[in-house]
Amino acid sequence: MSAVIAALPGWDWIVEPLQYGFLVRAIWVSAFVGLVCAVLSCYITLKGWSLMGDAISHAVVPGVVIAYALNIPFAIGAFVFGFGATVAIGYIKSRTRLKEDAVIGIVFTGFFAFGLVLVTKIPSNIDLFHILFGNVLGISQPDIIQTLIAGVITLVVILVRRKDLLLFCFDPNHAKAIGLRTPVMYYTLLLVLALTIVAALQTAGIILVISMLVTPGSIGYLLSDRFDHMLIISVVSSVFSCVMGTYLSYHFDVSTGGSIVVLLTLLFVMAMIFAPKYGILAQEFRQRSPQPLEEDSQKQQVVVDQA
Amino acid sequence: MPATLPRLDIAVENVSVTYNNARLALYNATCTVEPGTITALVGPNGSGKSTLFKSIMGFLRPSQGQVRVGGLPVPKAQKQQLMAYVPQSDEVDWNFPVSVFDVVMMGRYGYMNLLRMPRAKDRRLVMESLERVGMVQFRDRQIGELSGGQKKRAFLARALAQAGKVILLDEPFTGVDVKTEKGIVDLLLQLRDEGHTILVSTHDLASIATFCDRTILLNRTILAEGNTQETFTKENLELTFGGLPMVSLEHMLPSAEVSS
Ligand SMILES: Nc1ncnc2c1ncn2[C@@H]1O[C@H](COP(=O)(O)OP(=O)(O)OP(=O)(O)O)[C@@H](O)[C@H]1O
Ligand SMILES: [Mg+2]
Repeated sequence: MSAVIAALPGWDWIVEPLQYGFLVRAIWVSAFVGLVCAVLSCYITLKGWSLMGDAISHAVVPGVVIAYALNIPFAIGAFVFGFGATVAIGYIKSRTRLKEDAVIGIVFTGFFAFGLVLVTKIPSNIDLFHILFGNVLGISQPDIIQTLIAGVITLVVILVRRKDLLLFCFDPNHAKAIGLRTPVMYYTLLLVLALTIVAALQTAGIILVISMLVTPGSIGYLLSDRFDHMLIISVVSSVFSCVMGTYLSYHFDVSTGGSIVVLLTLLFVMAMIFAPKYGILAQEFRQRSPQPLEEDSQKQQVVVDQA
Repeated sequence: MPATLPRLDIAVENVSVTYNNARLALYNATCTVEPGTITALVGPNGSGKSTLFKSIMGFLRPSQGQVRVGGLPVPKAQKQQLMAYVPQSDEVDWNFPVSVFDVVMMGRYGYMNLLRMPRAKDRRLVMESLERVGMVQFRDRQIGELSGGQKKRAFLARALAQAGKVILLDEPFTGVDVKTEKGIVDLLLQLRDEGHTILVSTHDLASIATFCDRTILLNRTILAEGNTQETFTKENLELTFGGLPMVSLEHMLPSAEVSS
């Protein structure tokens, strides 16, 4: 660990890897994926759809295998199965008395197991390990293009529909009351979720992608009360972790996805403890000295009376 | 001018609602909320008030029956921004990172373009609505940092900004002090005089006769409806709240003569 800290400010440490084309590629691809995941992450955490993200990421496996077998882009197979799983979940939930978490658990493990069976039966050169944990250092040109397409579509859709999506996360009833089509928003959000997971597949792998979808938004949520701030914090921490994680994985020859997620998690732990308002320390402190809080509420009372 | 505003009624016909736990929450409810009135919806906890609200607003699909607003099917009325809804507090995620201003602005989304870019008129109406409920100074607060009464007023402001002709308020008076309650009641009276149709559920039986033109009594189904004077009687209340000792109801009646 001390070696890391000693090396951190080193110019060489940053620049030396940049002479390798594959590493430069890995760095900017993972930074891009980090950006896409971070933006969506804010919506997913507020909507409470983390488990849904987990479900989609596992459900894409059979799609990836079939896509390779048929020699079509992996992103298409992954997207079809990932999005298909969410449709299946929605359908089963509306037709049975099961709770959503049970339905999600059943569907995604079913898809995942089916994928495992396919991987071991269909002869192909897919490395299961790369699907599970990502392989951004070895990412190929076509894979980069697919990642970019999926990511750009996600960003554009969110940019255009950001207000409606936020309203849908906050108060779907109000969205309905003002005549907006909530089913469209529901499927839009699922769609970009599936696309983001497809985009992140090569970087983080299906096991770790959920971290990139939940942790950045959670960090932002702990640090801010305003959505735009939450978004910025989320993006900064995610992109930082992706770039640094890729560096670390090169320098120390460890898993890229692994080091990205470890960094993100460290940032989360710091936010959880030190966040100025919602951090553990701040809450402790407030409980011990309730003085300023009372003053504040008294002030508030006065203002109300004037109103 | 208020007089030229079209006044809209709410017609609930034979609505039944079963939640997926197979319990019948609402059975064959038929009632009319007369245009341009304040109508109270009264019933004990779990009698289906919120369920009736949600069926009227189309938030849940009744197993039978239909609702029309001003003669229109509900989705159509909603597309025309005719219906505003003020939710019961426990339906809101108070930790959501939005400010009071943001919430009230959401009342204007239906009037905006696809990107929901607010125009000067939208901002003006939001500020006017905040002013009417006396919440201007709290506009930048995160919604969780408000008191109970302020939370109610924030969502009331959203309904005002939406400028719906029909306004449904689910328990706007719970956890609200006398002064705020009076403020809300005055506002509702103003809105009624401007031609709005208002349906409000409440547990504050004592105040109903002071501002509600009509009353609907509910317990799983509609037990009585009509002018408050004729409907808000001892017998009807006993029927609705059956099991409550009569003494506890007596002092809530506007006056002893009404029931005799
Ligand atoms: N989402 C739900 N799932 C299952 N049952 C529900 C649901 N919501 C309400 N119920 C049941 O339906 C009945 C009516 O509930 P509702 O919320 O409409 O009552 P209410 O009159 O609004 O009560 P309160 O005065 O407490 O707000 C209750 O018995 C309740 O348990
Ligand atoms: Mg209720």
